[in-house]
Amino acid sequence: MSSTTVSAGKADPGAVSRDVALQLFRVMKLTRETDDRLERKLYRQGKIVGGCYVGRGQEAIPIGCVIALEPDDVIFPTHRELGAFIARGMSLTTLFAQYLGRADTPTRGKDGNAHIGDMSLGLINYVSHLADSVPIAAGAAWAFKARGEKRVALNFLGEGSTSRGDFYEGVNFAAIHKLPAIYVVNNNQWAYSTPTHLQMPVANVADRAPAFNIPGVIVDGNDVEAVYLAALEACARARRGDGPTLIECKTFRMTGHSAHDDAGYVPKEQFELWARKDPIQRMERRLRERGWVDDAAIAAMDAEMKKSVEAAAETALAMAYPDGSETLERVFAEPHRVKDVFPWRHTDEYKAIEIKKEKP
Amino acid sequence: MAATTYLEAIRQAMWEEMEADPRVFCIGEDIGMYGGAFRVTAGFLEKFGPGRVVDTPIAESQIVGSAIGAALMGMRPVVEMQFMDFVSCGFDQITQFAATNRYRWNVPCPIVVRGPSGGGVHGGPFHSQNNEMWFAQTPGLKVVCPATAYDAKGLMKAAMRDDDPVLYFEHKYLYRRIKEELPSHDFTVPIGKAEVRRPGHSITLVTYAAMLYTALEAAEVLKHDGIELEVIDLRTISPLDSDRVVESIKKTHRVIILHEDQRFGGIGGELSARIAEDALEYLDAPIRRITPPDTHVPYSPPLEEAFLPNAKDVVYVARQLARY
Repeated sequence: MSSTTVSAGKADPGAVSRDVALQLFRVMKLTRETDDRLERKLYRQGKIVGGCYVGRGQEAIPIGCVIALEPDDVIFPTHRELGAFIARGMSLTTLFAQYLGRADTPTRGKDGNAHIGDMSLGLINYVSHLADSVPIAAGAAWAFKARGEKRVALNFLGEGSTSRGDFYEGVNFAAIHKLPAIYVVNNNQWAYSTPTHLQMPVANVADRAPAFNIPGVIVDGNDVEAVYLAALEACARARRGDGPTLIECKTFRMTGHSAHDDAGYVPKEQFELWARKDPIQRMERRLRERGWVDDAAIAAMDAEMKKSVEAAAETALAMAYPDGSETLERVFAEPHRVKDVFPWRHTDEYKAIEIKKEKP
Repeated sequence: MAATTYLEAIRQAMWEEMEADPRVFCIGEDIGMYGGAFRVTAGFLEKFGPGRVVDTPIAESQIVGSAIGAALMGMRPVVEMQFMDFVSCGFDQITQFAATNRYRWNVPCPIVVRGPSGGGVHGGPFHSQNNEMWFAQTPGLKVVCPATAYDAKGLMKAAMRDDDPVLYFEHKYLYRRIKEELPSHDFTVPIGKAEVRRPGHSITLVTYAAMLYTALEAAEVLKHDGIELEVIDLRTISPLDSDRVVESIKKTHRVIILHEDQRFGGIGGELSARIAEDALEYLDAPIRRITPPDTHVPYSPPLEEAFLPNAKDVVYVARQLARY
């Protein structure tokens, strides 16, 4: 099987159970609420110490995929997959603390924003060189296959990442050895300010799949049930030993590249067009049609989520920063500690020095 | 007992560790049926099977990246770079992912990236480089450069048991030229510890890898002048055992740093700075470096001879320094 297939745009209502549908909807809403709290409040208040990347409008992709996985599968997310962390059960307090540079997170302030991982949740902390994860996910899948485990490695990447050599190297290796890897391309049509037509000479990322002799699947990335079903099918294929799948989720970035970017280079009508395809509103309409939610249920859900997001943010804001001396630790496995090149910083003489800062 | 070559020592270390630990596997180009370009993994495929001796496409970033992924899942991969020169194609995975992994989220990334480096065999610009400093400059990576068969085996075992990423530079000039009898029991050599190869009181000479033999050759000549070199083999470039060097300088008051890697940004520069910071008052003469010039490793014998430091260079510089 090597041809590009396009999944049915609208998922068959009978294909996703009520429980799963409600779970997909709830996690998407919770992710949106958390993302908004991060960008529209904490970032704008100047409380986030570094950058802030958001995935507004793209929640269906990480959440549809992660909920399709089994608990011992591993996930290689990027900066647009906050929903993957939430769907996997990382606490909201930990996520807020991570953006705020606080100590009590797996990174202990050494890495920022969504650069967080937790091996106990199967979430791998990624590097900013995003396509690096492609061969790494293949290696994780290789380990599963070598040990005879029925686990899957699922790697998210953007369409921009598919321009890098590591994408070809990693998918090629996974395809040669029929590894249980799933590559999910979040094609939001803009890699920072670069539009797709300046990123690739083919119309679809999935068109590249035939070169690896693997299925390339195109999914409506704003339809969470369609994403969920495509991921389920890719998982089944991976666990059968039939190898990797490349899933291209067509979506749109409803923000700039990060919070500082006003996306002035994106035509305004594009935002209007894609706002009408919002994945959360679409899912809500669908759930109402099926009689699975009503006004009261939605209102209760909203109130509860606002409360838990508020509580997590407040808890994180009250948490301590790491001590500066921690920057010398964890370069290597203990007990090695990097030599302090500023020993004088502990002296009274150093502490007494005052530098007057002049504003430029 | 028959003497063991430097190459065989590396092979033995890998074989024994693979027998002892099912998590260990080898990954690289042409390492299976062919047994590797230098035959380090000859016989491994027959013994351990394709599940643990993984031949890959020519894609170094994938090789290193997949090793990282398997390591994160609890495996202990040993990556072969066919030549260390080719590691540039896997550089990003090593310096960005493997090196930062523990620091960023406290998860071990136990990979070993090993392969032949160094000149003296007319390999030309792309098969002779000493690129250890590409990695020594990156926190989170350990960089080892053994000079003896004992160290080659002991450092390989230490690297394979280490929970951090280790770059293991084999000097291809030494592969079959160096032999010694090795103990039959299991042993390791600690990463990050230098060793005095020849005690002396006149001048401290710091070196590593193939240049160790250049230094020892010069020391034999110099002893007739009454100049006793104290030859220190760094063995590990990072973490760097500069304390051992400073300790020696307190006794000899003079120092020469000899290496085959580039002069600009070579370990000699870093070591010089540390000596100046920590032992300036013990020095009776300037620090001297003997290194190749800042050019590429050439192919033709007269060019490569002109490029590489030799024992006569060491004798000349040592005599000048002794008179200073």
